[in-house]
Amino acid sequence: MAIDALEMKLRPPEISLTPYPSKTITLANGKTMVVREAKREECGVLLGTVYPLLGVPTDYYDVVAARMFSELLAWFRYRIANEFVIVGAIDGVIAGIVTSRCVNDHLGMSLHTLAIDRGLRVGAQLFAAKMEHHMDYLNEDEVWIVAESPIGFRRWMIEYELEDRSSGFPNIRHELGGVPTYALTRKLWEKHKADKCTGTRPVPMDILATADRLKLPEEYPQIPGYKRSKQ
Amino acid sequence: MTARVGIVGIGQIKFGNLSEYDLVDIMAYTATDALIDAGILENRRIIDQIFVANMLGGMINHQTGIASALVSRLDLEPTAAELVENGPASGASAVKLGYMAIASGIANVVMVVGGETMRKVTGWEATDCVATLGHPEAEYDMGLTFPALGGMFARLYMERYGVTERDLALVAVKDHENGSKNKYAHIDGTCTIEAIHDSPNAHVVNNYVAEPLRLFSVCPVSDGAAVLILVNMDSPIVEKFKKKPIRIAGIGSATDTHCMHNRKDPVEMGAVKLSAERAYAMAGVKPEDISFAELHDPFVILELAISEEVGLFPRGKAVEALRRGETGIDGRLPINTSGGLKAKGHPVGATGVSQVVELVRQLRGKAEKGRQVKDPRYGMSVNFGGLANNVITIICAKD
Repeated sequence: MAIDALEMKLRPPEISLTPYPSKTITLANGKTMVVREAKREECGVLLGTVYPLLGVPTDYYDVVAARMFSELLAWFRYRIANEFVIVGAIDGVIAGIVTSRCVNDHLGMSLHTLAIDRGLRVGAQLFAAKMEHHMDYLNEDEVWIVAESPIGFRRWMIEYELEDRSSGFPNIRHELGGVPTYALTRKLWEKHKADKCTGTRPVPMDILATADRLKLPEEYPQIPGYKRSKQ
Repeated sequence: MTARVGIVGIGQIKFGNLSEYDLVDIMAYTATDALIDAGILENRRIIDQIFVANMLGGMINHQTGIASALVSRLDLEPTAAELVENGPASGASAVKLGYMAIASGIANVVMVVGGETMRKVTGWEATDCVATLGHPEAEYDMGLTFPALGGMFARLYMERYGVTERDLALVAVKDHENGSKNKYAHIDGTCTIEAIHDSPNAHVVNNYVAEPLRLFSVCPVSDGAAVLILVNMDSPIVEKFKKKPIRIAGIGSATDTHCMHNRKDPVEMGAVKLSAERAYAMAGVKPEDISFAELHDPFVILELAISEEVGLFPRGKAVEALRRGETGIDGRLPINTSGGLKAKGHPVGATGVSQVVELVRQLRGKAEKGRQVKDPRYGMSVNFGGLANNVITIICAKD
């Protein structure tokens, strides 16, 4: 068997996903964050952004970073089906990344949310963008979600009043291991969307251009003293 | 004639999330800074008395007798030590007790320590712990938290005096601007009026917490500690300190009904007014003598309301001063130069002490560039517990 043919057998079957339309959000500090779908060829800068956080145990950044690293790598190398990645960038610098995937036409599987910038609700905005893509553009009926940190639990499970599906275990089981599975239903999305999800579209070309070429963060509030240029 | 009491040492740890550290360690670390500032680290046994302000150690840290623990951590036995718990007014209460100890002749040198670690639990649990200040049956059991009470207070005050949500955002912008220049503040970022109010994204970026209070209308949940060294200015012992004392010119305190609904007018804070009047009388000054003020603003609406109760502005007029920029650093009467509880943070037991630390820093002329008040003479702090049911006003003077 030719190598290319073998590779094609290893790759998962893919559903063609509707693209996520870019938007901007004015953050509390007055800066504009461009929220857009990441491209597969941008995986290098995404992996480079996540990498320094692998050693940060605070707020479970290590677990989230390690899993997101594998999700990005698997996406780049075609080892995960129907994944999409949304990135938030301020002046082109990556402020946060979310990963998720479409299981089928009805079900989304939320993977991870990683905020680099803290205190500006970047993570909350990107999570909302991820749900917006699942519900409003991919038109799925529900998204399964787990939390790996107390912050995530408060932000998603409590604030979105997600349905607890853990009693359905093991028949209902999120792909990220056996942690309790929660679901965002369309009804819940419609209830919370206005308060949780925002953004301005269309994005003017000059602003979109600032996020054309994603840049690695120089510093991480999670790693005091870290400067990428000094590594 | 009672002794004059001055402050000769200050210490403050940067407020924020210090949940990885032990409460007493944080206090001891900060106390060491204050001892160094006062120039008595080696000679610290001249301290006669320690008052430690802490509200939630028993609940959150499962630790009691914190004053005794701190004395040992600082190797200060047999110095007398007591813990002060007076809700979020614990800090200023401890300062008041320190003052009284010296004025009464019981002590010549007193260390006042305020400390709290609230981030060891979730923000919601911390809010629940603070809610135990409320009436057990009439408030707490009804699910009434302080953000909820603050929201109701804000709604009523806003309707009566024409204050808008944009005005609340203006307070936050000012406080964050000050906090961003304060190296001890919890939140070191700024915010803009466009982003938190005017932008079409603002309703989500600055979401409601307890309507009409939004995320940028309420203080963060903080860990932190602050320390003061007080001395009898009329004793020869004052010569042992390297810093010139900042005098505590006036202290006034008062209480109001436990429940807000028992007050004749829920937006009038009688205890704030009375405590300020007592402090002015003791200091022999008037509101117009005050150069700047640190006001207890866990909810930004309270900055406006308190500034009126203490006579800095006529009732209902503080908002106009805010809009004119009079309460900014370069304004006629800077308020919350530290960033206030809103931006500096609110580790409840430490708050009242940290307010006085800010008074001293400003009166020494040692605040960071960009937030130093020009030639201040008198600084005022108002610290309270509950929704103004236990209030302490302190006025410090640069002689």
